[in-house]
Amino acid sequence: MESDRAENVIAKSIELNAPVSRVWQALTEHRQFGEWFHVNLEGPFQPGQPTRGRITHPGYEHLKWEVTVQKLEPEHTFSFTWHPFAIDPAVDYSHETPTLVEFNLTPTPTGTLLRVTESGFDNIPAARRSEAFLKNSGGWAAQIHNIEAYVAEHP
Amino acid sequence: MSPSTPSPRPHTRSHAPLFAALGDETRLSLLANLNNGRQRSITDLAHNSPLTRQAITKHLRVLERARIVRCTRSGRERLYELDPLPVQSLKNYLDALSNQWDAALSRLRTFVESSPD
Repeated sequence: MESDRAENVIAKSIELNAPVSRVWQALTEHRQFGEWFHVNLEGPFQPGQPTRGRITHPGYEHLKWEVTVQKLEPEHTFSFTWHPFAIDPAVDYSHETPTLVEFNLTPTPTGTLLRVTESGFDNIPAARRSEAFLKNSGGWAAQIHNIEAYVAEHP
Repeated sequence: MSPSTPSPRPHTRSHAPLFAALGDETRLSLLANLNNGRQRSITDLAHNSPLTRQAITKHLRVLERARIVRCTRSGRERLYELDPLPVQSLKNYLDALSNQWDAALSRLRTFVESSPD
């Protein structure tokens, strides 16, 4: 699995040994999605519509789960906005900035290349980022890197 | 942040205000100038900057409210310094999210590679 977190985006890519049609089904058929994602969904995914459910992951069952589907382009792109993963059962993540999750599927000789990105943590539309700024300061991902380096040098 | 923004609830460790405070080019450029661990005055930060002192003051207040910078007084001057901990906590948060995705995608792999449909 490849990971990248440049520019305020979580990006993953994974090669799956299954045809695109199979992966598409596992991603977008709500019961199948719920099985591997550990969520019990009330209804199907429909563009522009919210889908709700309960997390089934042990320890997190008291948490609600809700996404709003953005794109549903068969066997190609599935995207939704949501409040990111609950990583601590004691915290209500509904206060977090909604982010955009996008799944992209590409056929390969052995199956499917699946790319997942999660973006929008700072709530800045991409259009508002000037190229000059990205070139000069690298955005806050670079700031985090700088600050880490600073902390390492000044324990 | 507008004046109508509710104050952060003490028991929700939300990262949204932090992301919001960092989501501004001007504030990031100010942070870059505070990155060397030195305390800087507004005069200091305004030197060689296209920003007015008023603009710098306004942005520093936002960073201060998000606890990304700390302010101390030295005589009549206010001195600002970076607190690296909140940004470190953002990094930890993103790392945890990244790990969640790894776990979910591993489960997806098992799911699609072991069941025909």
